[in-house]
Amino acid sequence: MKKKNTILLSTPYGLWMLGFTIIPLLMVVGYGLTSRSDGSFTLDNIRLIASPENRRALWLSVRLSLLSTLFCLLIAYPLAMVLRNMKFKSNSLLVMLFIMPMWINSLLRIVAWQNILERKGVLNTLLQFLHLPAVNIINSPAAIVLGMVYDFLPFMILPLYNTLVKIDENVINAAHDLGAGNFHTFTRIIFPLSIPGVISGITMVFVPSLTTFVISDILGGSKVLLIGNVIEQQFQKLANWHSGSGLSLVLMLFVLLSMALVAKYDKGEGSANVW
Amino acid sequence: MVKLKRFGQKLYLALVILFLYAPIFVLVGLSFNSSKSRSKWGGFTTKWYRSMFSNDTILAALRDTLIIALLSALFATLLGTVAAIGINRMKKLPRAMMLGVTNIPMLNAEIVTGISLMLLFLALKLELGFWTVLLSHTSFNVPYVILSVLPKLKQTNRSTYEAALDLGAKPLRAFFAVVLPDIFPGVLSGFLLAFTLSLDDFIITHFTRGNSVSTLSTLIYSETRKGIKPEMYALSTLLFVSVLVLLIFINRAGAKQEKKRLQQNAA
Amino acid sequence: MKFKNARCFTALSISFFLALSGCGDGGEGDDSDLLHGGDDGDAFSLTATGSYKAGENGDVYVYNWGEYIDERVIDIFEKDTGIRVHYNYFEENEDMYPIVATGAAKYDVVCPSDYMIQKMIDEELLLPLNYDNIPNISNIDPEYLKSAENFDPGNLYSVPYCWGTVGILYNKTMVDEPIDSWGVLFDEKYSQEILMINSVRDAFMIALEYLGYSQNTTNEAELDEALELLQKQYPLVQAYVVDQVRDKMIGEEAALGVIYSGEAIYTQRENENLVYVVPKEGSNVWIDSWVIPKTAQNKENAEAWINFLCRADVALANFNYITYSTPNKAARELIEDEDIRNSEIAFPGSEILERCETFRYLGEEAEAMYLNKWNQRGGN
Repeated sequence: MKKKNTILLSTPYGLWMLGFTIIPLLMVVGYGLTSRSDGSFTLDNIRLIASPENRRALWLSVRLSLLSTLFCLLIAYPLAMVLRNMKFKSNSLLVMLFIMPMWINSLLRIVAWQNILERKGVLNTLLQFLHLPAVNIINSPAAIVLGMVYDFLPFMILPLYNTLVKIDENVINAAHDLGAGNFHTFTRIIFPLSIPGVISGITMVFVPSLTTFVISDILGGSKVLLIGNVIEQQFQKLANWHSGSGLSLVLMLFVLLSMALVAKYDKGEGSANVW
Repeated sequence: MVKLKRFGQKLYLALVILFLYAPIFVLVGLSFNSSKSRSKWGGFTTKWYRSMFSNDTILAALRDTLIIALLSALFATLLGTVAAIGINRMKKLPRAMMLGVTNIPMLNAEIVTGISLMLLFLALKLELGFWTVLLSHTSFNVPYVILSVLPKLKQTNRSTYEAALDLGAKPLRAFFAVVLPDIFPGVLSGFLLAFTLSLDDFIITHFTRGNSVSTLSTLIYSETRKGIKPEMYALSTLLFVSVLVLLIFINRAGAKQEKKRLQQNAA
Repeated sequence: MKFKNARCFTALSISFFLALSGCGDGGEGDDSDLLHGGDDGDAFSLTATGSYKAGENGDVYVYNWGEYIDERVIDIFEKDTGIRVHYNYFEENEDMYPIVATGAAKYDVVCPSDYMIQKMIDEELLLPLNYDNIPNISNIDPEYLKSAENFDPGNLYSVPYCWGTVGILYNKTMVDEPIDSWGVLFDEKYSQEILMINSVRDAFMIALEYLGYSQNTTNEAELDEALELLQKQYPLVQAYVVDQVRDKMIGEEAALGVIYSGEAIYTQRENENLVYVVPKEGSNVWIDSWVIPKTAQNKENAEAWINFLCRADVALANFNYITYSTPNKAARELIEDEDIRNSEIAFPGSEILERCETFRYLGEEAEAMYLNKWNQRGGN
């Protein structure tokens, strides 16, 4: 009886999600599967993804997002280990340290990166002063990846830190007592225990990277077309919600795939463990 | 050797922090640039700070941004925390379904969410404005709260809650006395995250704001055509410095409390 | 212990937000000189003659480009007419369109560009203007009313607000030949020194004009030829930009850039090495005009707004602030600075305008074809 009551607590949320997520989503599905001219059922909007430019855009987006996810992981994992060893007193203070940059408008921050990376930008002025060779990555895919890593790194750091900090010190000590070296302790104990954090970090970085278009416009000089740009063009430039929705459905397929990945590694534990 | 390792760790942390804060330093620099162009240094000035405080458009946008962020984060925290408690007690299948739905807004392309919400509000004949923006922000914020609270709920010990009930506490009281303190860090980080995401959102706000409300994000985007006004850099700098001061203050207070506690323990 | 900390933190942050949000109510920004940073052209005195209180005579909902008005104008309009202005802004025609078309927000007066106005007329989204309420229309140079007929035959729906040309901005220290043709944008000599425009119709306009075709063509063979040219150009381009061309050219990131004439005046103020030219092959001339959407609820107030903006001193204040050319000939006569009044950039002579054309809306299919081809220009 008591249990039933507690479950009822999620009813308002369920209704809320029905109204503000599922119904709007069904509207998108509706647009995506109907023709713009006469409203009849069609797969043409989905088929748009098959054109060579759009396929190339999707493939490039996947590659750049994977790269930025990988870099985020490579940067964030050691950092989370360092933070774990430092044993911060206040958890929320730590969260704030990594969330705070996000309080400044992201467009402004990306424009600031443009200032840093430009040919005559801050970085090159500094390098020139130190008599070092100039860095010229602005308007290239490398700059886009840098922008993505910058924008989404906190989403990797926080879940990783959160799972790592929960690993019982005694487990690690026990491994050491049993003669495991640092390397083995890491590969056999720490890393396997941190997998839920790794997985949720990967999803939280990969998916937004896949749909971004502002970063490729500003830091990539619009030299390459990402799938986010294509969808945005359909909605904004052509005001064609049918084709835009159709392409979004394709993108959602990727989203579903990554959710399935999360569910698989989550082993019924429940949520993607954000932090 | 240990010292060297310590130093290496601190250096690494400092480098990552530098990476995350470098563009903010650039914005601080630009806020003192007397040229309106971001690529030319025209000399030092504080005039943007003065003109910012006399610019009604910016101040009104700041006010609305903060009110929307604060309220949507509060509503989302309330709705999300309660929902998380319910979800936590669910059986595997309904729970998986609820979590699946929870993931959708987080993983959906923003423009799709924005346009679909606009279509919904239009279909419901709601007038677009402050309230529709607030509704939209709340709904994309709730999932983040749920995903912050759930792990903490899993760590809490159910038996303490039940013990409280056995001892005669009403469920609500038992919740406030036993469960809430345990999950509070999760609730708080959910709130902070929700607040942050609401502050920064442009696309969803754009499609749901109608003709009466504007936020800093929509203001900044509308300025890109004629160049971002330096007042925006000044505002960002002020916002950044205020939060920084706040953080340092809290850190100090935290350290003091810790010291007190240790002294008490010793005595 | 930890929780106490956290709670204290929340309390503090909330009081911080409240303190900040309180700021919004104070600060009556009358100090217009500060507002404009004091460097937006000559200080022109503009004062209200009326003494109404805003809202006495109803409201008007205005939807305009961001940063596309001298904000003093709004205050004075309110004092002179007693109509309260609810001012909002958009970033692109394409951002504005779904909002107005769906009636998501009910604006009384909107300022789109030429081709978008034509599209909105075609889709019957606009109301015809009552010129009895807009006597100041006589200040607008008939020449521009005539160009506006390209997209609004008979000037039934729109009154021109700002206009300009598209051209090349170059840094004279970074090129060693006279620049007068779109051809330099396709010249390998300037590899990685070119900032091409990232706007489908403008980019095709450049290629089509260079090839001698119409910028409003729907002939696929001509478009394919233009695409081929754009594909050859792709490796030479440093970046495709729209708004960012301004700061990048000021910072001397590139030698050549495609820019709107209104921005050219501003960039020259910041960097004197920059020169603007409308290429000899011909170019695009665009006009942004005020229109009244079907969903308007205060049509007469909207007409009062349009009439007010056509007043010579008001148009001049706006010209000084936005630096985009004004079609208001009475305002131009008031400009004191002779260099600006006779500026070829702000007010190109008829020999330049004769080789320019306005965009026409080509219909959904053709617009999709343009976009589709633009996406094929290169990259991997």
